[in-house]
Amino acid sequence: MIKKFIGKRVMRNEDPRLLTGQAQFVDDVEIPGMLHAAFLRSDYAHARLLSIDVSAARQHPGVVAVFTAEDMGDDWFPGPPLVSPPPTAKDVTFHSRRQVPLVKDKVRHAGEAIAVVIAESRYIAEDAVEDILVEFEPLEAVVDLEKALEVNSVLVHDDLESNLAAQMFQQKGDYEAARQQADLVIQRRIVIERGAAAAMENRGIVAHWDAKSQHLTIWDTTQAPIPIRNGTAARLGLSEHQVRVIAPFIGGGFGPKIMMFYAEELVIPWAAKKLNRPVKWIEDRRENFYATTQERGQVHDVEIALSRDGHILGLKDNFLHDTGAYDPYGLTIPLNTQSHDMGGYDIKNYSSEFKVVFTNKTIVTPVRGAGRPQGIFVIERMMDAAAKELGMDAVEIRKRNLIPPEAFPYEHKIIDQAFAPLIFDSGNYKAVVDKALDMIGYDKFVKEEQPHLRVDGKYVGIAIAPFVETTGVGPYEGARVTVEASGKINVATGIGTQGQGHFTSFAQIVAEQLGVEVNDVRIVTGDTTEFHWGTGTFASRGAVVAGNAVHAASSIVRKKILKLASKVLEAPEDELELEDGQVRVADIPQKSVSLGELAVLANPLRGAVEPGTEPGLESTAYFGPQYGATAFGTHAMILEVDPETMMIKIRRYVTVEDCGTVLNPLILEGQIHGGVSMGLGNAYYEKLHFDENGQLLNASFADYLVVSATEMPRIEVGHLETRSTLNELGAKGVGEAGAIPVPALFAQALENAFHDRKLEILEMPLSPNRLFELLNEEKSR
Amino acid sequence: MKPAPFEYHAPTTTEEALSLLAEHGYDAKILAGGQSLIPMMNFRLVQPAILVDLNNIPDLAYINPGDDGGLRLGSMTRHHQVETSPLVAERAPLIHETMPKIAYPQVRSRGTFGGSISHADPSAELVALSVALDGNFRLRNRDGERWTPAREFFVGLFTTVLEPNELLVEASLPPMPPHSGWSLKEVARRPHDFALIGVAAVVTLDEKGLCQQARMVLISAGDVPMVAHKAVELLKGQAPTAEAIKAAAEVAATEDIDPSSDIHATAEFRRHLANVLSRRALEQAFQRAAENK
Repeated sequence: MIKKFIGKRVMRNEDPRLLTGQAQFVDDVEIPGMLHAAFLRSDYAHARLLSIDVSAARQHPGVVAVFTAEDMGDDWFPGPPLVSPPPTAKDVTFHSRRQVPLVKDKVRHAGEAIAVVIAESRYIAEDAVEDILVEFEPLEAVVDLEKALEVNSVLVHDDLESNLAAQMFQQKGDYEAARQQADLVIQRRIVIERGAAAAMENRGIVAHWDAKSQHLTIWDTTQAPIPIRNGTAARLGLSEHQVRVIAPFIGGGFGPKIMMFYAEELVIPWAAKKLNRPVKWIEDRRENFYATTQERGQVHDVEIALSRDGHILGLKDNFLHDTGAYDPYGLTIPLNTQSHDMGGYDIKNYSSEFKVVFTNKTIVTPVRGAGRPQGIFVIERMMDAAAKELGMDAVEIRKRNLIPPEAFPYEHKIIDQAFAPLIFDSGNYKAVVDKALDMIGYDKFVKEEQPHLRVDGKYVGIAIAPFVETTGVGPYEGARVTVEASGKINVATGIGTQGQGHFTSFAQIVAEQLGVEVNDVRIVTGDTTEFHWGTGTFASRGAVVAGNAVHAASSIVRKKILKLASKVLEAPEDELELEDGQVRVADIPQKSVSLGELAVLANPLRGAVEPGTEPGLESTAYFGPQYGATAFGTHAMILEVDPETMMIKIRRYVTVEDCGTVLNPLILEGQIHGGVSMGLGNAYYEKLHFDENGQLLNASFADYLVVSATEMPRIEVGHLETRSTLNELGAKGVGEAGAIPVPALFAQALENAFHDRKLEILEMPLSPNRLFELLNEEKSR
Repeated sequence: MKPAPFEYHAPTTTEEALSLLAEHGYDAKILAGGQSLIPMMNFRLVQPAILVDLNNIPDLAYINPGDDGGLRLGSMTRHHQVETSPLVAERAPLIHETMPKIAYPQVRSRGTFGGSISHADPSAELVALSVALDGNFRLRNRDGERWTPAREFFVGLFTTVLEPNELLVEASLPPMPPHSGWSLKEVARRPHDFALIGVAAVVTLDEKGLCQQARMVLISAGDVPMVAHKAVELLKGQAPTAEAIKAAAEVAATEDIDPSSDIHATAEFRRHLANVLSRRALEQAFQRAAENK
């Protein structure tokens, strides 16, 4: 079949609404009688709560209610564990400690919610928050990961013996034996620090309890509306059918919006039901810096063993992972780090133990990349160190170790974030590296241009970083495809959408099957009334998992259309074709029937329906992958740095992605661009600065430096397509790919630029100031 | 992030604004372009009881030629107007060249010349430039007015000589003497951020090509715009050779400034940048002065 829609640069169906301000976001929801909430949040990172006096706040004109943990009574209990520890793995320690709706005994991070004021306006609510009196007993804050594990450290959770949240060991082959045979063993300590996801839209919730219909409607900026619906119903003692959760248009998810349940998600629906009034809470940017989850903090002690000719014999990586005050997301991130520690390289011997550490900082859950950038940074830094030690070319040592195409499916003997064996399903890793080298003109730059630049005193470095991205994990997603009497198609799926272009890419899949135009397909996402089975948009899985469910449902609808049309047109099914919203007999084009007519015929008002048939041209189907599909790619960059000011200029930026079947290159490139911008932030701009008291020193966009248009290079995107063997579309995810290799690439390029200095970068994110310090350390050594 | 309650006044004449200030004194805060004040109010870092909004006073927004060949700028003149004014480009090329470096277009469309000066942020370009260009400010209260040189106007972090009942109404920027050159060099994390360090330099050469006069002011280098007195003393009467410039830059960075450390840069890095940028600014300024003969 010649593809008419899949793989085409179709303009996005949703953009006219988004660009003209016609799309509904949570803050657009207005309900008569709606109240507004503001939270009192802790200024301390760690403190015992001695007393709260809300009497003055309750007296404040315009205040309807003030609630503390005590006021919640029996409805006060912590959020559910999102991800349990792997049931099968041996030697796993895991202490589950989850976030609470409002603090009862002890504050565990700055910004943790203590009380909520509900008032006639947000202004009044914020005024009244200042009237609440709290007596704290400040405690020493647990901030540093290593100190947190020292015997005499203060405890984040008093009932535990230490600040160890979890510990797990994984291995493949025999690292110690491999080390014995190595010609070269390199050890490094690598430190990666926290950043924020900094979505354009902060979080927000509107909850509306209708006492007469006994029905609760929640608009929530969540990536996972169905689990929120199920959990809320359970918490409030309602049937799941009494709760509708709508995740409307959302201005960016990036992971933190899959955290469930945030304190506010526990409190606001409860308060709306209790007060029998609609309540709105919209997170402001300052709250977002304290209360929305963050990621990336890890400390790695790495060792790589190589032969003289640059083959990796083994890798050992023991690391600490910062989970913040609680660990609702289980081991997802450190398991992802382990899954990417070996990159796309054929490493036979691997040994890794991680320790997850509680600290008095904001909760950690996945942020675009979710442990993967750390793994790739670690292995790529070690590859560069090895290349230098062995006097090898940076590209050559990588090529020598890449998993060869014939080795797929390539089985690592460890488990991934979904607790399934880590298997890379398909790939051609060398091809993407070669394409990236070609696009950036690597040989020409290194041999011809760079020597001249160096003579002119310019510091211009080149770098190339391959990576893998495990994507599209289970358990499953579903979709319902319906042909309506108008001949247009309606599709409902349970996942939420935060800018991924689902309204277009899913429509393309349907249009391909049913022979309609892309804009004749209406997609509904994130409304539990429309579709109520599923998990959510995360782990680069929307296009893969929900996309294949849409594909499966439309395939069944196609069959139903053909079957009915065959009767109507009195022609065998294999002589029929679907095009332009019509079913035609191939050789007699005037003999046709429209999809709309067929939809009416399939749902008659009178007459008998054959036994065993279902009305309508509709199907619901599900897709659950056997295991995740692994995408891969390579980024390359030419970077100029002013050696006096440490200011940078990216001269060229090339990405080559292989995420299997491309549904829409336009959307794919948008994902890459966005990912690279976050990756650049992780590399040189975006660092959350916590002081020794656990105070965040840059909780605003004046001081937290998100990459903006002025920092973005022009990105040249190349595509290769190695179909996934795990689903019919052959698709793999790409949502996080752009962000993953950037810090590794950046470090390599800087070292290459400072060719005459002994610069080694073992930390991320960097900054001009930090680069200046590193260069001075080298000088004084 | 909503501001605390406040009383709002929107006078339509300068006189009306001045009498509101006379009446409310320390309780009142002046709203110009709001690019610093409004975020600070939303963070509740400032909670003024009374807000006097100058945005309805058209008489305070103008760019006029000065009789001395310089410029007269009304305090409510928007950055964007300054940036695009041919008169500013002709008479104050240093200002013209600097304007695009102030924040980003959205801020410049709203932010005002007088607002930036009165806010007295030592990281603000216009604060430093007004000193480098030896400007003067006209301050009015209900009963009269006074003129203050820019070099005496800024007395501390976010602090000026303005009394609570006074309003900065106009800036006067004299022309640069013949054979002058100028430069503004700055380093910011992102082009629209506050500078980690900035250097404004204005130099004048005599007939023999020696440095007759020089003024160099550093941005983000202390609590106020930091004038590099010692550095320029080294240059006066000297030929602006690479060595002389290098030595002056070194002194500017080590002796003339008092930078502090924050999350973006340590004092040590700021001194290093001050050295580099002072050198680059002086080089460009002398180069231009030589070309302006």
